[in-house]
Amino acid sequence: MSQTFTDSQEYVASPELTEIVNIALDLEKPLIIRGEPGTGKTLLAKAAANVLGRDLLTWHVKSTTKAQDGLYVYDTVQRLNDSRFGDNDVSDISQYIKLGPLGLAFQSEQPVVVLIDEVDKADIEFPNDLLHELDAMSFLVSETGKTITAKHRPLIIITSNAEKELPDAFLRRCLFHYISFPDKSLMTEIIKVHYPDLEKNLLAQVLEAFYALRDFEGISKPPSTSELIDWISALRKSGIAPKQLQKSIPFLGVLIKKEEDLKALQQPVKKRGWSGVFRLFFIVEEPKSSGIS
Amino acid sequence: MFLDFFLLLKNQKVPVSLSEWLTLMSALDRGHGKASLASFYSLARTICIKHEKYYDDYDRCFAHFFYDEALAKNPDIGEEFHHWLKTAELPELPEEWGKKTFQTWDRDRLLDELEKRLQEQKERHDGGSKWVGTGGTSPFGHSGYHPEGIRVGGMSRHGRAIQVAAKRKFANLRNDQILDTRQMSLALRQLRVLGHIGSQDELNLPETVRATSQAAGDIDLVFQASKKNTVKLLMLSDVGGSMTAFAKLCETLFSAASGASHFKAFAHYYFHNCPYETLYTDMSREQTIPTKDILKTYNSDWTVFIVGDAYMSPYELLVPGGSVDYHHHNEIPGIEWLNMFRRRFPASAWLNPIPNNYWYGESISLVRDVFPMFPLTVEGIFEAAKMLRNIQQRRK
Repeated sequence: MSQTFTDSQEYVASPELTEIVNIALDLEKPLIIRGEPGTGKTLLAKAAANVLGRDLLTWHVKSTTKAQDGLYVYDTVQRLNDSRFGDNDVSDISQYIKLGPLGLAFQSEQPVVVLIDEVDKADIEFPNDLLHELDAMSFLVSETGKTITAKHRPLIIITSNAEKELPDAFLRRCLFHYISFPDKSLMTEIIKVHYPDLEKNLLAQVLEAFYALRDFEGISKPPSTSELIDWISALRKSGIAPKQLQKSIPFLGVLIKKEEDLKALQQPVKKRGWSGVFRLFFIVEEPKSSGIS
Repeated sequence: MFLDFFLLLKNQKVPVSLSEWLTLMSALDRGHGKASLASFYSLARTICIKHEKYYDDYDRCFAHFFYDEALAKNPDIGEEFHHWLKTAELPELPEEWGKKTFQTWDRDRLLDELEKRLQEQKERHDGGSKWVGTGGTSPFGHSGYHPEGIRVGGMSRHGRAIQVAAKRKFANLRNDQILDTRQMSLALRQLRVLGHIGSQDELNLPETVRATSQAAGDIDLVFQASKKNTVKLLMLSDVGGSMTAFAKLCETLFSAASGASHFKAFAHYYFHNCPYETLYTDMSREQTIPTKDILKTYNSDWTVFIVGDAYMSPYELLVPGGSVDYHHHNEIPGIEWLNMFRRRFPASAWLNPIPNNYWYGESISLVRDVFPMFPLTVEGIFEAAKMLRNIQQRRK
């Protein structure tokens, strides 16, 4: 292994995840990353590219994306138009072949990192159409008869939101990791990356309130890391004292985005003897005080 | 040596194949996963497990293989059970218990007994000396005082439990549990059959070539509609009576099906226990519509889900006038109506909120003779939708 992935200033990864990225690098297998929103799936690829000193090629998958788009697109309409108006040399097909992110990665002189973002947004058959290309790391441009083969096998990171089951044949060729939601100690590190000078006292209170909110039953969309970071920023700007957080949660709208969830939080807390979660130490404020912008 | 571990995963229905095994071997050859058991744990997991829903199974197999053999023997210490134990209040320990002698068993005996009690026990126990529960002197449960007991959930209180069956961090990622709307609508998405509909925004190359050559080389671009879902879904739900217990679940399915934008059309009606000559357009069963109209209005292109527990007296299905409603006399027995639906809609299935291991009773088997029945879980819907989609595709 010539290169290894480590934690960086910008991205805090668990030791387990770091090791898995390195395994993926060494075994040259695509790595599928799954996890709750806001656990840093997409950022992982960026961090890996940074640390490894490689270029990052991102392929944002949409519901209409086809596997072919990642390899190359043959711009027929352009060529037809050119032939009509005599603009370019239409006999040179190669100028109408536009390489996609995978195509570019294969052609690159340097090893790169490819991020296939939200792979399950596309059609159910999408991953299957990439099987051969990921295995052989080459594809044929049928219009020109040329085969493009990877000079260096790229590190491929695929993120998925579990919207669709990925096909078995595809999964067999990949490594898989599920990023659990960060626990308090990892979260502390993550926050320190964003706010290195955050007061210790405030941090402790913020985390306490945040995790209590996440555990609150009846919330359909628990707040995630990015919401927590926005919230801290709001708290700092308004200069709220850490003690205040024991009594209420200001700017709740930053953390909770769904109206039903806000309502659920505002209902009088039912006393259920069995759960520590319901020892709620905060009184939720009216939503009108939660707008910050 | 890891082959046994691998086979254990396979036995526990974790989907692993030869290619994962080979990848694992080559990773080990390259020096990965050798630093500690923990690094092997994550290496093998990242290679063998391709969905977080299997993490829990993996943990159980791993614990079984590398720590003890208890878990595999009792793979299904029920979730509910864990819940009791996790949340129980600790009873005070009576003083005389401190002196009491405990029954001591060897491990095998303990496991057998645990299994036996898990099967027999139907309710929660805090304190006491026989059943699995919290506190008390029974060898099973947590926070208890038996010196060699099996801890089931809870915190290690006396540090003596010879097996810990509870550290299952990923248990809530299993998907045999009944899940939320979003997952249901994703399961329903399996129904999708694509066809060209909507606005014309896609270049139709063969047509363009044809049109262009017909225009003697003057380029004529032809566009077509892109492919969209053509599926039409009709849902009939049983409401009231025994279905009240499943109301929340049915609601979830309903909002998944109606909210999902992936159907071309969606329609729904209600019935009670069994569809007869009238169906209802509202849940309180006040607005009626003749069933014959529905059979006429919707053609066989529609995909049909019937949601109900199919749990009734066989009389209600087989006998004219058998309807459970006292004021209602049906000329045609329920089973005939079901058959009419089945004949009209080849792509139809019955979703039953009762878990499939409880499908006893004559009425359920009578209904199953007419409709393929699936449990109303994410996996059940998934399987049903897959089957119906295949039927629809074959019809085209």
